[in-house]
Parts: sequence; C-alpha cells; structure tokens
Amino acid sequence: MTKEKLVDAIANMKDQEALQIARQMLEAGTDPRVLLEAGQEAMVIVGERYERKEYYLPELVVAGEMLKEIAEMVKPKLRGEALAETTPRGKVVIGTVEGDIHDIGKDIVAFMLEVNNYQVFNLGVDVPAAKFVEAIREHKPEIVGMSGFLTLAFDQMRLTVEAIKEAGLRDKVKIMIGGAPMDEDAAKYIGADAYGPDAAAAVKLANQWTGGN
Amino acid sequence: MAKSPEELYQERVKRILDACTGKVPDRVPIMGPYELFVYNYAGVTIKEAMNDYALARRACHKFVDDFQPDADFGPVLAYPARPMEFLGVKWFKWAGHGLGDNIMYQFIEGEYMKAEEYDEFIYDPSHFMATKWLPRSFKALEGFAGFPPMRLMMWFGWTGLLPMFANPEVQQALQNAIEAGKQLSEWFASLGQYTQEIKQKGFPLAYGALSWPPFDIIGDTLRGTRGIMADMIRRPDKLLKALEIATQLCIEYGSAAAGADLPLTWIWMHKGSEGFMSDEQYKTFYWPFLKRAIEGLVEKGCIVVIYCEGNDTPRLKYFVDVPKGKVVYHFATMDMAKAKEMLKGIAAISGNVPNRLLLTGTPDDVKAYCKWLIDTVGKDGGYIMDTSALLDEAKPENVKAMFEFTREYGVYR
Repeated sequence: MTKEKLVDAIANMKDQEALQIARQMLEAGTDPRVLLEAGQEAMVIVGERYERKEYYLPELVVAGEMLKEIAEMVKPKLRGEALAETTPRGKVVIGTVEGDIHDIGKDIVAFMLEVNNYQVFNLGVDVPAAKFVEAIREHKPEIVGMSGFLTLAFDQMRLTVEAIKEAGLRDKVKIMIGGAPMDEDAAKYIGADAYGPDAAAAVKLANQWTGGN
Repeated sequence: MAKSPEELYQERVKRILDACTGKVPDRVPIMGPYELFVYNYAGVTIKEAMNDYALARRACHKFVDDFQPDADFGPVLAYPARPMEFLGVKWFKWAGHGLGDNIMYQFIEGEYMKAEEYDEFIYDPSHFMATKWLPRSFKALEGFAGFPPMRLMMWFGWTGLLPMFANPEVQQALQNAIEAGKQLSEWFASLGQYTQEIKQKGFPLAYGALSWPPFDIIGDTLRGTRGIMADMIRRPDKLLKALEIATQLCIEYGSAAAGADLPLTWIWMHKGSEGFMSDEQYKTFYWPFLKRAIEGLVEKGCIVVIYCEGNDTPRLKYFVDVPKGKVVYHFATMDMAKAKEMLKGIAAISGNVPNRLLLTGTPDDVKAYCKWLIDTVGKDGGYIMDTSALLDEAKPENVKAMFEFTREYGVYR
C-alpha cells in the first residue's frame, strides 16, 4: 500500500509528502529496492503526462529531483543487492553537436528516452563528429540523436552525418535531430532520418524505429 | 534630387515608428539584431570583432552601406573581450575563451543563486548581487564577498562597516572593478561613436535599451532553467516575491530607451515559450509580471519589443492584453496569420523569416517567404521584416534578397 502512496506522491508532485513517505518506509524496514521501484513507476506516469501535455518542464525537473533525493536516502541502506535488470528497448547515443553548448532540450530528450526504457549514452555538449562515430562503434546503438540550438548546428550536424557515413556506420543507425531552429527541411539538408519538435516526438520516433508503436 | 542623410534619417525613424504604433508606413520597414552575420559578411571573425572595436565598427558600417537597414544595432552584440578576459567571466564562453574563433558566445547554465538564498535576494537584492552574484560571476570580483551591507551604514553603523573596506581582498576587488570600468568605457565610447557615425549617414539606432522579462531575469542569470522550473512547484511563494522585484528591475533596465529617437526597449524572451511550462504556470509566473513590466515601460515613454525566441502561438491570447500601439511582438516560430488576426489594432509584429532558410535556401525561396509574410502580416501596416532569431550563419545573397524584396514589394500604395 505505501509503495503506491509513494508512487502517487511523486507522480502528483507532492515533494514533501513523497520524501516523508520514503523516510517512513525506510524506518519501517521496507526493502530499499521497493522505494527505487516506486520511483521508476512514478517516472513512467510523469513521462506519460508529459507526452499528453499535462506536464511540462517543471514537473520533469521536480520528478528528477525527488528521485535523486530518494536515491540518496536509500543508498546507505542498500547492501549491494542489484536492482532487477530490465532489457532496454534500444540504445541511443545522444549529444549536442560541436560548437554548441546548449543542453536543456537534449537532456530532456535523454530523460524521456530513459523513462521509456532506452539505454541512453549522453555524450554531453560540444561533441565533435569523431566522438559520435567513436560512441557508435563502442555502444552499437540503433539510434543517434543530435541536438543544436545555433545556426552553426545545421552544417555541423551535416558534417557529423558525413563522418558517420564515412565510417561505414550510416546504415547501422537511425538519426534524429532536434533543437529550436530545426525542422523537417533541416533534417533533409543534414541527411538525418527525422526531426522531432519535442521529447515526446523523440520517444515516438525511437519506438517506431525499434519496431513498436 | 537625392535625399539628404538628415531626411533619410527622419524618414526611417518615421517608417519604424509608424509600423510600431499601428499606422501604415510608406513601406514595410526592415531591421533586426544580427550577430555573426555582420562580421562574417565583412570577412571578420567574431573573435576579431570582440577584440578590436574599430574593426567591429568598420564591419558594421559595411553591413549598413551594403544592406541599408531602416535601423541598425551596430557592434553592441560583439561583447568586449578584453574586459571580459580581465574580469574572468565565469558563466560565458566566447571565441578564444572556450570556443573557436568564429563561434558565437554562449551562456553556461547554472545556479548562480541557490534555492535557499531567495530570502536574501528578496530582502536586499543589491547586497545579494554584490556579495554572492558578482563573486560567482567574475573571478576578479571574488573579493566582493566581503562587501559591507550598505543598508546598515545608518547612524553609527559605518563605524563597524567601513573597516570591511580595509580587507585586502575587498580592496583588490574594488581595484579590479575600477580597471574593468575603464576598459568598458572604451567599449561604450566606441558604441557611441558608431551611433553618431551612422546617424550622419542617415541611419537610426535600432535600440534604446535592452532588458529581460521578470521570469527570465530570475531564470537565466540567477536560478538557471532547471532551478526556476523546480521553484514553480517547490517554492512558488518565494519565486513570486522574487518576480515582484524582477519586474521593477526589468522596468529600470529598459526605461533607458525613453527619449531616444527610436525609444525601443528590446526584451529577450526565452523561457515563456510553448514547451517550457503549462498554461496555468504561464499565467501564474510569467505573464502577469511581463505585462506589468510592459505597462511600466510604456508609462515611461518606451515602445516595447518583445523578442520571442521560441514558439509562442499558445501565448497569443495573453499577448493581446497590452497598451495599444506601444508593443511590437517579434516571433520566431508562430502561426503568423493567427497572430495578425489576433493582434491587429493592438500590437505590431516582426520577424519570422527562418534563419535556416537564409542559410540553406535560395534567394527565390527567401523572396517567396517574404512575399507571404508581407501579404499576410504586412497587410495594412503593423509589420517589420526580420529574421526569426539573431542572425549568425547565412548566405549573403539570401539576406540581400530579403532586404531588396522587402524594399520593392513592401511598399504600401
């Protein structure tokens, strides 16, 4: 019962209540893994509400903060037991292209993909084409996400796609792009497979590409 | 007979003011805040422009001579590298300082005010800025952490507080501030010189002042995006109090435009766009404060340009609620036909030529887009041609097409 209460408190943005329930659960001797599971379940709900445009950035950020705070509370109680591993739906390499250090949009996409059971390799910002290539070789993702906010990103993304092609990896990955100045035509210019206007669109694209709905 | 620069100047000022205030000008004006493009066009890197003020002026002159905008920003957006290096600005990367020589400067997001510091900021914003924000922002001003609270100087308070100026770290910070001030004065002298020079050529300055929406004042420079987003849910009361203060700051910042030939206050709007927050959050935390700031600026004699950098179509229903004929909304992504329909008779519109088109399209693509804008939004005045966002990389022939087409096709008969 309490686990459900915790899921509910996190999903409904009752931050104080969520932390209080978590504390009580730990004090009552609840298996710390149950708290982490509750956090994951709540994230799925938050993600769904975000996709339905009931939630926006504030809720995503606060859910993330609550999860982190609960994880910190739980950490000392974990005695090395591993969480039940789930097989990820797919792997994604994501980054903001070289010359551009904007990360908010890219991080939201990474977050939403994780919530939707993708294993995300977030390369950060100002990522050179060679680093994308290297990460694709290393992690063998099905999907590559490139983010950019500045106009320079158009040519930098194009260059990155070129580099992926030259490395002989283009047919191994689907490439999606996003960022304020991007659009469908930009995707064509860049040689990406698709453009997504927001994180929900990114999840939809990823699901299509990994053979789902 | 050719018109004198003085006549051309007055003509341009009138054209823009007519468009801003809901009258039908002689033609659609064209102007905009451009960044990298101006320098690249003149064969100058942004690093050079930020380091050599005379070179930056020359580049801007070339742009004005060749493109003949109705008003110009000049070198104000090529921030001065020397004082920035001297101060050791911590929240910025620029060409030669963390970025390549021809990459536009970028802001480093962070919590430059911590969540638990709201009360301190609300109680005395100046003291917070002096002792917390300045040291966190500038390496050379870290000593300001020991700056005395001026509010306590009263009566015999000074006896205990003035000794704080004897602290060597405070003194060093003060010395550095003096040196930075001198360096910055050179930059402002260059900007002033440029303004006089283009005026003599017949071109007005496009801005009187620059400012930020109350929400973005707190969100951009103090709490960071993640911080302020969380605050809307976790500490709404404190955020609302801070926004009251930020509203006053926005007006104070922006009202410097009053009295200028073009009294335009440009407000750069980032975080209110669609996708950032819900309608409910927008009408609680964003719009009421921005609206009051707009009203305050208008009362002081300014025309307010709200420079929307995202998709603001869902916010149009709020945008209509401003003093008539005193506001210009610049749109990046927008349902322009809907915007025209809703804002007609209330506020002017500018922008929306996609920067992507100017980089990857052809002159014909650009002309077709401008034609659509003039036909749709320019009908009966109230429109200023401009790009979607600050212009960086673009093909000069495309930018030329935008200017020439607007001058030909944008004439009102």
